[in-house]
Amino acid sequence: MLEVAVQGEFGAFALDMAFTAGSDGITALFGRSGAGKTLLVNMLAGLVRPRAGRIALDGTALFDSAAHIDLKPEARRLGYVFQDSRLFPHMSVRGNLVYGRPKRAADRRVDFDHVVTLLGIEPLLERRPKALSGGEKQRVAIGRALLAEPRLLLMDEPLAALDAARKAEILPYIERLRDDLKIPIVYVSHAMEEIVRLADTVVLVSGGRIAAHGPIEEIMGRLDLRPLTGRYEAGAVISATVEGHDERYALTSLRFAGGVLTVPRVELEPGATLRVRVRARDVALALAPPKDTSVLNVFRGTVTEVGAERGPQVDLKLDIGAPLWARVTARSFDALGIEVGKPVYALIKAVALDRHSLGWVGAARFRGDEDGTGI
Amino acid sequence: MHSARERRKVSVSALVLSAPELEAVGLSLKVAFWCMIASLPLGIAMAWLLARRQFPGKHLVNGLVHLPLVLPPVAVGYLLLLLLGREGPLGAALYETFGITVAFTWKGAAIASAVMGFPLLVRAIRLSLETVDRGLEAAARTLGAKPWRVFLTVTLPLTLPGILTGAILAFARSLGEFGATITFVSNIPGETRTLPLAIYTLSQTPDGDAAALRLVILSFLLAMAALVTSEILARRMLVRLGM
Repeated sequence: MLEVAVQGEFGAFALDMAFTAGSDGITALFGRSGAGKTLLVNMLAGLVRPRAGRIALDGTALFDSAAHIDLKPEARRLGYVFQDSRLFPHMSVRGNLVYGRPKRAADRRVDFDHVVTLLGIEPLLERRPKALSGGEKQRVAIGRALLAEPRLLLMDEPLAALDAARKAEILPYIERLRDDLKIPIVYVSHAMEEIVRLADTVVLVSGGRIAAHGPIEEIMGRLDLRPLTGRYEAGAVISATVEGHDERYALTSLRFAGGVLTVPRVELEPGATLRVRVRARDVALALAPPKDTSVLNVFRGTVTEVGAERGPQVDLKLDIGAPLWARVTARSFDALGIEVGKPVYALIKAVALDRHSLGWVGAARFRGDEDGTGI
Repeated sequence: MHSARERRKVSVSALVLSAPELEAVGLSLKVAFWCMIASLPLGIAMAWLLARRQFPGKHLVNGLVHLPLVLPPVAVGYLLLLLLGREGPLGAALYETFGITVAFTWKGAAIASAVMGFPLLVRAIRLSLETVDRGLEAAARTLGAKPWRVFLTVTLPLTLPGILTGAILAFARSLGEFGATITFVSNIPGETRTLPLAIYTLSQTPDGDAAALRLVILSFLLAMAALVTSEILARRMLVRLGM
């Protein structure tokens, strides 16, 4: 468990944050650029000193201003994956990977070959960083951090410098880390789709402070946090279990608290758990169950909250057994006479739930990962 | 005197170095080599101090390091003599504790040229040191490396181009050092008479012109060789460093 409570002033910027993160899974630090995310991560790593506070990992203090404890970065044993990978240019990929290896074999629990295979960097071992693509560099940087046997992995926007294709290339590897190596990860990002796919817990950072902290489903379900979680991409996050596949139409049925959700085929075994993000703008409303419609997902529910912000569009929170958001035009809002407590039908197009809306968690594994034993 | 200065025919034998000339070349190379070797660790330490540390009196130290660039070499040589001569505070201590005499020896010549070349050495290393990405050092520390290991495995290798340039500059500067050397260690054949001093001596000697010219050409070739070597090495190094 990571316990953080730090304060510091840096020029005109004041940082005052406190939160705890669990011993496994991914805790995401989400916020806009300049919110203080990187500063916080640098404090955790020991690269920036807070004015006051305490940082402790599994009960041991890494920093404690009251007790005059300030472990040096090399003594903290936290892996750090930087946005710009920071590979040593004068060493081969192999040289980079073994740089942080503990000297004594007895201290090595993470297996070199396993990490290399996991990250798919075997063919790159003898190359120089200069000869690698951005995505390859980031995979090597992740491997390098892991092989130093960290107690916690810090990842500061590891995908921010990459294009969409490279991002899609790396995300599965990070998912594997989380599921295979069971190492706690603090993941910094300003991209909600990454966080929904990866994180269990979200720490919402804004202006050097923590605006909210909790399970991702809860944070995304709060209308009052919408200015921070983002308007366009806003939506509910639903936890679900794979029920079965429709081989003929390449569809997958997901069981969740509100019923069964049909989505484009997901390569997961029945029983696997995953998270689905349903964007508010992909949800339509009807007062009666629609007939002869192409929409595969229709759920009965009630309106529980109407967004305070009244413009050409209105945000609504629905209860369909699980929280769901919908965004409708003000005209439809008036025409349907929507108010809190009104029963409605929520319509979700299956095709709106693409690969990027789905993130698997916990027991879920990739197909083809026969090893699956962890390390 | 005049008749003695008449030019003789240039024959092939005029291109062959005489024993004292060879001695001067050998001595110059020895002095330059030890000047470079001895000043490198100090130069690296000073460059690091100036590039990375803030301390009171930093401007003063920086000024002292650069002083030989602007001071007359003879003045530097004289200061060295005062300081390191047998009677000087440092020289006396050196002699009493280690039995080492540097004044009027080739070691003194190496010290004189090291002092004169020091600003060039420090400058080259400092510039290179300032281009090293501090983020790489931070990354190394998060990987468990202590500051010394970071310095030896990350900072120093990435500074190598600058160290090489600085070392070659110090070497070449030493080959050409005259004023501080002659003032500090005099002009003793076989001990402190390096190439420039030999050229000077010959130019003051009847019938010395041809020999002086030969040594001038030789100096030119040595300096060119040093600079070309450094260029080639620097290029190879950049490739090896993955830059």
